[in-house]
Amino acid sequence: MVDVAPLLELRGITKAFPGVIANDGVDFELRKGEVHALLGENGAGKSTLMNILYGLYHPDEGELRLNGKPLRISSPREAIDAGIGMVHQHFMLIPVMTVAENIVLAAEPKRGPFLDEQAAEGRVRELSERFGLAVRPDARVDSISVGMQQRAEILKALYRGAEILILDEPTAVLTPQEAKELFEIIRSLQADGKSIIFISHKLNEVLEIADRITVLRLGKNVDTVPRAGATVEGLAKLMVGREVVLRVEKPPAQPGEPLLTAEDLVVLDDRGLEACRGVSFELKAGEILGIAGVDGNGQTELIDALTGLRRPSGGRIIAAGTDITGASARDVLDLGVGHIPEDRQVRGLVLDFTLAENLALHDFRQEPESKWGWLYPRRLIERAGRLLKEFDVRGGGPKTLASALSGGNQQKVVIAREVSRDPRILVAAQPTRGLDVGAIEFVHRRLVEERDEGRGILLVSFELEEILSLSDRIIVLYEGRIVGEYPPTVSEEELGIAMTGARRAA
Amino acid sequence: MTADPVGPGDGTSAVTAWFGTRIGGVLVPLAATVLAFFIGGLVVAITGHNPFSTYKAIFEGTGLNWFFPWVTGEARDAAANDLQQTLVLWTPLVLTGLAVAFAFRCGLFNIGGLGQYWVGFIAALYVGTHLEGLSRPLHILLAIAVSIVAGGIWGGIAGLLKATVGAHEVITTIMLNWIAIFGGSYLFEIGGPLQGSQESIPSSAGVVDSAKLWPIWGSLPALHAGIFIALTALLVYHLLLNRTTLGFEVRAVGFNPEAARYGGISVAKNYFLALAISGAFAGLAGSVDVLGFKFGVDVGDFSTNLIAFTGIAVALLGRNKAVGILFAALLFAALEIGTSTRQLDPAVFEPELATNLATMIQALVIFFVGAELIIIYVWRARRYVRPQARIRPELES
Repeated sequence: MVDVAPLLELRGITKAFPGVIANDGVDFELRKGEVHALLGENGAGKSTLMNILYGLYHPDEGELRLNGKPLRISSPREAIDAGIGMVHQHFMLIPVMTVAENIVLAAEPKRGPFLDEQAAEGRVRELSERFGLAVRPDARVDSISVGMQQRAEILKALYRGAEILILDEPTAVLTPQEAKELFEIIRSLQADGKSIIFISHKLNEVLEIADRITVLRLGKNVDTVPRAGATVEGLAKLMVGREVVLRVEKPPAQPGEPLLTAEDLVVLDDRGLEACRGVSFELKAGEILGIAGVDGNGQTELIDALTGLRRPSGGRIIAAGTDITGASARDVLDLGVGHIPEDRQVRGLVLDFTLAENLALHDFRQEPESKWGWLYPRRLIERAGRLLKEFDVRGGGPKTLASALSGGNQQKVVIAREVSRDPRILVAAQPTRGLDVGAIEFVHRRLVEERDEGRGILLVSFELEEILSLSDRIIVLYEGRIVGEYPPTVSEEELGIAMTGARRAA
Repeated sequence: MTADPVGPGDGTSAVTAWFGTRIGGVLVPLAATVLAFFIGGLVVAITGHNPFSTYKAIFEGTGLNWFFPWVTGEARDAAANDLQQTLVLWTPLVLTGLAVAFAFRCGLFNIGGLGQYWVGFIAALYVGTHLEGLSRPLHILLAIAVSIVAGGIWGGIAGLLKATVGAHEVITTIMLNWIAIFGGSYLFEIGGPLQGSQESIPSSAGVVDSAKLWPIWGSLPALHAGIFIALTALLVYHLLLNRTTLGFEVRAVGFNPEAARYGGISVAKNYFLALAISGAFAGLAGSVDVLGFKFGVDVGDFSTNLIAFTGIAVALLGRNKAVGILFAALLFAALEIGTSTRQLDPAVFEPELATNLATMIQALVIFFVGAELIIIYVWRARRYVRPQARIRPELES
């Protein structure tokens, strides 16, 4: 059972950065043996609070107490000594070293001046088995999956004697299956008496794993609630500060003429292997066609081929009546195909460019942005000003660097750019990845609006829920082939089974 | 991976961005320079000289004291002479600096400034020693145009290799440097096809008067009209990068080639163009030198004149910005002239050592510019320590 006296208390924590108060008098308490979720939108101050606890930042005001005694932490070293371990969103592992070497780093068992490899692996194996982590100590980090790397990080914290474990958005990098396994690990840690702080902005998983939930909004505590009685709707409201429409409300689709046709498309991946093995589909005007599938089944290569970023090795693509097989990205863009890319930071934005420049990324060659190769920065800025307002982008103006925006606002910039070009076809890949509920609502609503304007929207997503709630038709991609087409009324189970390659008995 | 590891709410990225644009842009190069001179001063002191009088002597050797109104009479004439030389050197340093900087902005490291400089130099020299009788403006213009094209081709070869087969520009430009150096040596060698009229001397013929850039100040050597070419080039560089679609593409590719490709920009085309334009700037540097004050070349020059390499330092210190390059080139030109054997009084500091001191300061400046992260780290550490001091009493009570 959960002990009621707090193990760890944070009282009145305030931390300001130039221009923003990241934490404003935040209180937080952790009981022994509980899983306590810290919930909030991107930029609500979750990470700042935890970085303070882990000694990476120093609070301007406020105090920390461990077992009722004041605690001063000014570096991660001191946090570790106090029994606090943190698993960051981005792993801090050295890829060329083994799991065991990474885990014992800075506290190595030694034989003479050398690392005692056997002792290290032995201890890691022992810890791994105790909590059911199933990590191979002698595997090199760069040869194991992301989920395994995360377990290695957890082991590293345990190895250093962590009693309190901070997990910063741990499921963000995991597949659904890996996330399930992580939850089992968390439960076994809890059974062993460890206390866990679980940072997330995903409501479902918080409700699944947490005993109590503390919600932060704009740097302040909103509430702390027990899981019992908490609902997705209630938490979303606490998080965003208003009623959130979680279910996408949309009128029935009015499909028109075919806009985008793929015929027997074969596309190779970077290693030269066939990632798409004869994909055919038809996207009509005024509909959202969802492509479901587990990551790595040819989605990336298919999108690349459709948008001119990768030359297909076989088949045909016809967009708005024109054959665009093997056409350049620029030609495809000019034909009216918009593309919300899978990764906004790698592909969707030039982070060192201003928002004005990013918004003009496709259009800078055309009037009025430029004429005869001469660019008019002021026109870029004017146009950006309008778009930023229309799409409610917050956190900066036309001259702000894209890197300074939060993920949700960055995504709004990408969407603003694509939609403002008035494309006939919109390819949206993972359009809500890493976004919080408020931003997801915006993106979803906008996609439905664009559909109702008569555009054809191809939605590629690994989130079943997103596919089911947005699509008018769903096709499933498995190992580079389309293995089935479903109406949006299909059950999650049936779709999930299709995604693993088992054919529907029909 | 989620796309948003550090949102603005966390503040850190906002701090870094602000630091990068506002303070870092000027502070880091300035701090690097001050630090380099400080350590240089320590070395001077260790060798048993007075760093203050040494630096004062070097400063006076640069001729920059000409700008002080209280320097009069003979001292003023001497200062004018020194300043002319500093500015004569400043001219090609700006141009080779721009060459390196332009490639940098496209994410490329052009080490081939040296080769491109010589190719431009030789091309301008060829035009300048031939076509006698042409009107002066036309002759000069033709020589300069040919040097720009020659440098552009030399850079463009590396660009083409990068764009088509992905050959790394660092390797290809270094190789092209050697081809230019040995090719040039062959041309002007005794018996070489372009050797001058004196049979026993491996050097070129002299540039004819109609191809010489106009002298505008002094005579030893005179500051020549090339300085206006350098100033114009600075302006062209700035406008090209920031006010043209070409510059937009180059910068996009330089920051994020994948996003540029997604935006419909041809990465390969921009690699080629950036290196060709980069080479054109370096080729121009060669022509202003040969038409401005060298008027010819000895074979030995090919291995001793490393002005184009200093261009790398200029671009680094100048942060690839036009204004930065203007000042960085001035610093390095002044340092070179101020410590040259002719300028420095041996009683204050041995001129032989002074040249080494100049090289050392140059190296230190580059080192500290490269160590920018250390400076940012120190700066941020200072910020985090302060609030801690405030909170401690409460915790101990």
